Amino acid sequence: MPLDRADVEHIAALARIGLSEDEIATFQEQLSNILDQFELLKQLDTSAVEPTGHAVEVNSVMREDVPDEPLDPEDTLLNAPRREGDLFRVKAVLEE
Amino acid sequence: MSELWQLTLHEARAGLDSGSFSAVDLARSCFERIAQVENRVKAFVTLTESHALQQAEQADRALSEGRGGPMTGIPVQVKDLISTRGIATTCSSRMLENYVPVYDATVWEKLSRQGAVLLGKGNMDEFAMGSSCENSAFFPTHNPWDLDRVPGGSSGGAAASVAADEAIVALGSDTGGSIRQPASLCGVVGLKPTYGRVSRYGLIAFASSLDQIGPVGKNAMDCAITMNAIAGYDSRDSTSLDLPATDFAASITGDIKGLRLGIPGEYFVDGMEPGVRTAVETAIKGLESLGASVEPVSLPTTQYALACYYIIAPSECSANLARYDGVKFGYSYQDTPDMWQAMETTRQQGFGPEVKRRIMLGAYALSAGYYDAYYLKAQQVRTLIRQDFARVFEQVDALVTPTSPVVAFPIGEKTADPVQMYLIDVCTLPINIAGLPAMSVPCGFSDGLPVGMQLIGPHLSEGMLLNLASAYEQATEWHKARPGI
Repeated sequence: MPLDRADVEHIAALARIGLSEDEIATFQEQLSNILDQFELLKQLDTSAVEPTGHAVEVNSVMREDVPDEPLDPEDTLLNAPRREGDLFRVKAVLEE
Repeated sequence: MSELWQLTLHEARAGLDSGSFSAVDLARSCFERIAQVENRVKAFVTLTESHALQQAEQADRALSEGRGGPMTGIPVQVKDLISTRGIATTCSSRMLENYVPVYDATVWEKLSRQGAVLLGKGNMDEFAMGSSCENSAFFPTHNPWDLDRVPGGSSGGAAASVAADEAIVALGSDTGGSIRQPASLCGVVGLKPTYGRVSRYGLIAFASSLDQIGPVGKNAMDCAITMNAIAGYDSRDSTSLDLPATDFAASITGDIKGLRLGIPGEYFVDGMEPGVRTAVETAIKGLESLGASVEPVSLPTTQYALACYYIIAPSECSANLARYDGVKFGYSYQDTPDMWQAMETTRQQGFGPEVKRRIMLGAYALSAGYYDAYYLKAQQVRTLIRQDFARVFEQVDALVTPTSPVVAFPIGEKTADPVQMYLIDVCTLPINIAGLPAMSVPCGFSDGLPVGMQLIGPHLSEGMLLNLASAYEQATEWHKARPGI
């Protein structure tokens, strides 16, 4: 099994996903099985192969630097879980 | 023809234009059909009946004033990850259960401006991650051919709604087979366009270098008409291809004489059902009898596509889904003073198991010490897969394969083992990796369940594929078969 319990906890922390004890055990097994499938790629010598990010050639696209109509503040805040006036209300970010 | 809901898009167009019935009549008929079957099929997350009837009235006004276009008055279902202003767009996830977009996706903006009528939003695997629609956080969709079986996924709602004659046409999205595989399992036609053909603006992102919106319809012509309405350059999508407009419907001539078709042996995999093999092989003979030539070709990197895909797609997913933090929109756990605790619990409760699995897989593949071994390696393999296709397309015009090695399977059969579920998409994943266009076309039955044939072409060859599919449809009746529901 390529992943141990600590690995799963580390990945969950990177991904900011809380996990129950049961989830940790299940994901340890399932993610390990999936990672086993990836071993197949080692058969291929890719030392001289350029990576592909997009299958279709894409160049950096720039638009004219012209101000556009912004979203209405009410629209912007329509889905806010918590708001205060025209602001998103969040939990304390800075510690004392 | 006894009921309006049974019409194809092409037939509905003719009836609306001749005044045989109104857009309101057609929309009402679709909602009558939905009332008959939807409690068994469950293809819709949201129904928008009153909104639809208003749109249909507007369409009738446009038609009577001579302002109608090809989509005016056509009832459509739109997959629930395509943003619709003022109408909930949930991705079939608890995370977005109450999310209401404040802008339209380009594809829906285009369709609504052309007078299309929104029936509702299509059920799907959560965030488009899955192959059976069982990963919907709300309920599974049922295959209209056998209600105990899955419709495929992730665009299971799109395919099931068209197969059950609830919708005239539907929009889905395809990241690794999510239009083609459900189209195959439900016996309808689905097209995944070339990457960049259709704007992704307003498509809630899963894997940005693979995602593409496309139509699910009752035949190739209906898909072509829909493509005419949704394709084209969009400055709001930086990966949109800046090309002159294409008339996909005009590509359909019915003549495929001299077309060179390649059959890649690697796609006729070991675990393939015999009934699927027989149906696809018979269909290939049918294409040959219509004047196409057939030859074997080889795509030796096919066996690496699954691993390549399951590194690239989760990596992009882990980055794209980082935005669901409970701050600006979506589900938000509040019952703690701690910011990190709130974020972790928001994501623990808001995401289902498959989404968590893929986010974690991606986070691992991109993490310090593993990036070269996984993500970089997969991107290099992606180059080899692309080169494989480029080489065979010097030799042939299109490839013919099964869409799925299996027909629709029983609900619950494959949910315990993610790897078994991933293997179902073995014939469709390589196409997204290479950014190619491909279709699924009904080509027979195995044990009473639909089988789909996949047609794959080089970049920007949608017109040729639609013509090939249409020529096959002219010679066969498979696409006309409907489930007795």
